[in-house]
Formats: sequence, structure tokens, C-alpha cells
Amino acid sequence: MATTSRSYYEFKPYNVGRWVVWGGYALVMIVAPLLWSSSLSLTMLSQMGIAVIACLAFNMLLGQGGMLSFGHAVYSGLGSFFAIHTLNLVSAGKLALPVSLVPLVGGLFGMLFAVILGWVTTKKAGTPFAMITLGVGELVWAMSLMFPGFFGGEGGISGNRVAGEPFLGITFGPQIQLYYLIAAYTFVCTALMFAFTRTPLGRMLNAVRDNPERVEFVGYNTQYVRYVAFIASGLFMGISGGLAALNFEIVTAEVVNALRSGAFLLFTFLGGAVFFFGPIIGGVLMVVALVLLSELTQAWQLWLGLVFTFMVMYAPGGISSLIMMNLRVASFGKLRPLIGSYLALAGTAFTVLVGAGAMIEMVYHLQLNQALGPQMKYMGATLNAKGLDSWFGAAFVLVVGIAMFELTRRQFVRDWGTAQEEIEKEIKKREALQ
Amino acid sequence: MTGQAANGSLAVELRDVRKSFGKTEIIRGANLIVAPGERVAIIGPNGAGKSTLFNLISGRFGATSGDILLHGQKIDGLAPYEINRRGLARSFQVSNLFVRLSVAENIRCAVLWSLGYKYSFWKFLADLRDVNDRVDEVLDMIKLHKRRDVLAMNLTYAEQRALEIGITIAGGASVILLDEPTAGMSKSETARFVNLIREVTVGKTLLTVEHDMGVVFGLADKIAVLVYGEVIAFDTPDQVRANPRVQEAYLGSVLADQQAAAAGH
Repeated sequence: MATTSRSYYEFKPYNVGRWVVWGGYALVMIVAPLLWSSSLSLTMLSQMGIAVIACLAFNMLLGQGGMLSFGHAVYSGLGSFFAIHTLNLVSAGKLALPVSLVPLVGGLFGMLFAVILGWVTTKKAGTPFAMITLGVGELVWAMSLMFPGFFGGEGGISGNRVAGEPFLGITFGPQIQLYYLIAAYTFVCTALMFAFTRTPLGRMLNAVRDNPERVEFVGYNTQYVRYVAFIASGLFMGISGGLAALNFEIVTAEVVNALRSGAFLLFTFLGGAVFFFGPIIGGVLMVVALVLLSELTQAWQLWLGLVFTFMVMYAPGGISSLIMMNLRVASFGKLRPLIGSYLALAGTAFTVLVGAGAMIEMVYHLQLNQALGPQMKYMGATLNAKGLDSWFGAAFVLVVGIAMFELTRRQFVRDWGTAQEEIEKEIKKREALQ
Repeated sequence: MTGQAANGSLAVELRDVRKSFGKTEIIRGANLIVAPGERVAIIGPNGAGKSTLFNLISGRFGATSGDILLHGQKIDGLAPYEINRRGLARSFQVSNLFVRLSVAENIRCAVLWSLGYKYSFWKFLADLRDVNDRVDEVLDMIKLHKRRDVLAMNLTYAEQRALEIGITIAGGASVILLDEPTAGMSKSETARFVNLIREVTVGKTLLTVEHDMGVVFGLADKIAVLVYGEVIAFDTPDQVRANPRVQEAYLGSVLADQQAAAAGH
């Protein structure tokens, strides 16, 4: 009992676990480009850093404040535009600003627009809030088409990140140099956003998420709490946008559109809004999906939609909550009996995927690649998209896969339930011992 | 605490307060005078407007007309958080907690403003010794110390009611409004709870809405009887019990019911 009375002072003088986690996070970012050094992986890693900041900033609202924004690309997007214009001023010699600080200009403008637009949106919570963000998003998107001077019209605004005086020989011309700049920003922004969750305002933001009414009766103005959180989120969205401007050296109007806003929502949710680290997973997935998955199959958006639907239905806490649930089971030493079930689940799910994938690819092939004839390659086999046998084969694999999956799923649910019951018992036992 | 303002020899004062919802007048000219440190129970039949009265005083609704004063200052028309900052806190009939936060975090949320941390995002919660000491103190008072890290939604009903009280008193408000604190509790739980309420409201002004006459007569210095939106009696428990108007309008039937229920067991 002696330890429990002070157990919630999270910042112990030497919190080993914390050092390990943050050290590991930094290490991964430092080492990643050494392991994956092709130019494609460098671009992807850079984009991941950018997406991680954006998803974390988005989650300040969604996961921590219970605010569902449908138009958050506005703040990263406007940050991008102001950053690229700033970069062009630096290139033209009209502004003496190190290129490494250009993302901060993006952040500043992201924040500025959050101050202005957020004042309107955060007057409401819940569904009205979501509606207003949607409206504001459409408004800015429409504006982007009306002012081609600033937004660059169809072609967008391009720039060159090799500008101004190089510092210690760093020009940010090579992608690897820019990657490490992005990694540094990602680390610092992650740390700052995590720190925010440990402050009075961060905690009251959680309270506003859980029960805005009660917050009013403990002295806080809920609207003001939402507003300040919105501004903070706008700052980090803008930084992410500024980094994107440096990375792509071109900014087009689509960075403020609803599709981009939707991507932030979708991947933050997939990563998991409940835990702080969920959006980090979400950001990484976002790049993997948008870059790799779209290479792999033309039907990638359909797959993404399916994954999203299943996630919302069966694991609304996202991937991070799945990880945490299994870590809990593991910490009680109950994970080993479940491994067999997991392997069976994975195997049968893969079978379902093969069957469904074949059918989806055949449909896409018929629709999009008619000129190439009905023959197509699929996982090493040749399928005839107009042949009955191919369709029957695929359907057979799919049906068998589903049946087997369902059987293993039932077994898994039982095993999982048993493990949970044992854990509950264990907890009771430990409480009794105290 | 918030102290006594200029003419604030009174903790709470209602002057001819009225409240209508549409055409229906729920509160019809309520008057009430509560001195600092007094414990007042508001009783009355269902639909008399007891909860509405609490909602008016705490700022959840605005009054249609009349004045509400806290420590001699007008508070009607202020937002709930402004009224809370002036030293009035309330609990709810249905537990109104931060369900996805732990017990300790619930209390911490209720402490932060009163200790001046406001909207700070440049200080770490873990470093706020005064806040965390106060949280410990409140957890001891409501006897939830062992359950400090449990999420509020996983508490038992009685624990949730205790936490509800904890959140209400944590900010150190001098005027406490408790809306049916013992609703839904068993007899033994109720008895323990009355003691808890007495302990945590020592030296404070207490207004409570209560149906259990045992609690009312055990806790209150004074009783206000609210019938159809009017305070028809406001006096010491003995006087109220003897008041023929009260007998007729409310208490007679309630006491008869409770005696019948007791006899039935």
C-alpha cells in the first residue's frame, strides 16, 4: 500500500520506462533511413513524419477532446501555402529566413487560421461542430479556386527548398537531409503534444470530451477549453503542412480539400484515437496505403473502405487498442494459449482475402483494362476474368475461407473470454492481497 | 473561501424567483433566505420544482424573473462556471461524472480551477503539489482512496454517488447544493452516506433536495417545503412538522406512507 498513495505522480525522477519509449522512438527515426535507403523509401519515410504530426494534431481534437472535424486539412493546407510562399520569398532573397524554420511559418499561419475559424467552429460541440467544420472546409476549398494568385489555380504553387545560405553545408537539397529535418520536427512535435496531455488544460479537454455539462459546474468554460485546444491543433497541423511544402516543393489546392480532411480522420481512427500513440500508427499507415497500396492494386480505395468498416464495427479503438488489449493479456501471461487461435485466424482471413481479392480484381480488370483482354495475372496464377471457372474458383476459395474463419473466430472468442475471466480473477486476488 | 460580501450576511437569497417553460410556470415566486453555515433541506411532492430550483440557483437555467443572490451578489443570468467560481458547487440527481477518467482524475478536474490553474498548458499536472495533495485529501474524505485509479464508469453505484459528492466539494465551494444525494441507495448505505455528507460539508452552507424524511430530519437545520413552485414553509424541522399547511399539502401523506411502509416490514 505504501507505493499506491503516490502512484499517480507520473513523472518520477528517473522514469526508466519513459526514457526507453522516447529513446526508442528517436532511434527508430534515426535508423529507419539507414535500413531503407532507396529513394522511394526515403520519400515515404519523410511523408510518414509529416502524416504522423498531422494525425496526432487531429487527434488532439478527436480522441482527447471528442471533437470530430471534417475540415482539418484547412489548417495543414493553408500552412502549406504560406510556407511555400515564404520559401519563394527566401529564394528571391527578399527574406532572410533559414529554410529549416519555414515549417514554423506554416505552423504560425495554421494557428492564426485556427484562431479565426476556430472561434466560429468551437462555439458548438458534437454534431453541430462537425457540420460547421465541414462548412468551413468547403468555404476554404471554394476560396482556393477563387484566388488563383495565392493558391496557384490548377498548377499550384511550386518552390525550391534549396534557398538562402546553407548552414554547415546543409542545403536540404538531398532527400536524406530533409528527412532528418522532418524527423526532428516529428520528434519535437510528438513530445510537445504528449506533454500537452499532461497539463491542466489537456486534462480538462478530456473532461470536456467525457461530460461537457459537468465541466461547467467545476468552473471551466467548455467553449474556451475547446477553442484553445483547437488553436493548438491548428499550430501542429500548420507545421505538418509546412513540412509537406518543403518535401514536395509544390502545393496545389487539393491540400485543403475534403478528401485530405477525410484521410486524416480515417487514418487517425484506424491507428486508434483512444491512446496517444494511436495516430502515430495511423500516420504511418496513411503513407503505406496511399503510396504502396495504390501501387499494388487499382482497387486500393475499396480495400481501404472495407478495412475501415470492419475496424469501426469490430475494433472501434483502432489498432492501438488492439495492441494494448493484447499487451494486457500478455502481462498476465495469458497470451501463449491464444497464439494458435491467432495463427488460425490469420490463415483463414488470408484465404478470405485471396478469394475476395480475385473477384474484386477481376471486376476491376473487366472495367478498366478491357483492351488487355480477359486474361490477367493474380498472385502468380492466370485468371480469365470472363471465364466461369475463374469465378467459380474464386467464389469457392472465398466461401470456404469465410466458413473456416467463422469457425476459428468462434473458438477464438471463447478462448479470449476465458483469458479475460482468468485475468479478472487474478486482479481480484491481487486486490485481496493488498 | 469566497467570503462574505458587503451585505453578504446571507449565503443564498431568492427573491420572488419565477421560471416558466413555455406557458407552464414551474417556479411561482419562490423566496428563500439561507444564512452561512446553515443546512437547508428542500422537500416537496414530485413536480413541485425542487430540481428546477437547483438548476436556477446553479445557473443551468436562467430565471424568468426575480433575483438570485450568492453572498449578497446577484448571480442570475451568469453561466454555471461563473457561479461556480464565486463559490457555489452542486451535485446531480443522476451521477454526472467524467466516465472515462479515473477517480483521482475526476477529483483533480474539480480542483484545478479553484487553485488557480485555469487554462494552463505550461505546467505538468504531476508537479502541482497543492492540487495533488487536495486530491488525496478529498479521496480520503469520500473513502475512495483505494479506488483512485479505477475508471469512473467501473465504480459501483454507491461509489459513483460518493464520487459525485467528491467532485462537488473538491473545489472548496462555500455553498453546496446536493440534489437527492441518497437516491437509489439501501437503508444502511443511506445511513453511512448521511454521515459522509455531514463530514464533508462541515462549516459550509448546504442546500439539499431529499425525499427520504429520515435523511431530511437527520441532516437539516431548516426545512423549506416547496409545493407547486412556491415555498409554503421555511422553518426548523420541528416547526415544519407541526405546520398544518405542510401536513395538509405534503408531509402528512409522506409520513403516513413511510410509517405504513415501516409497519409493513
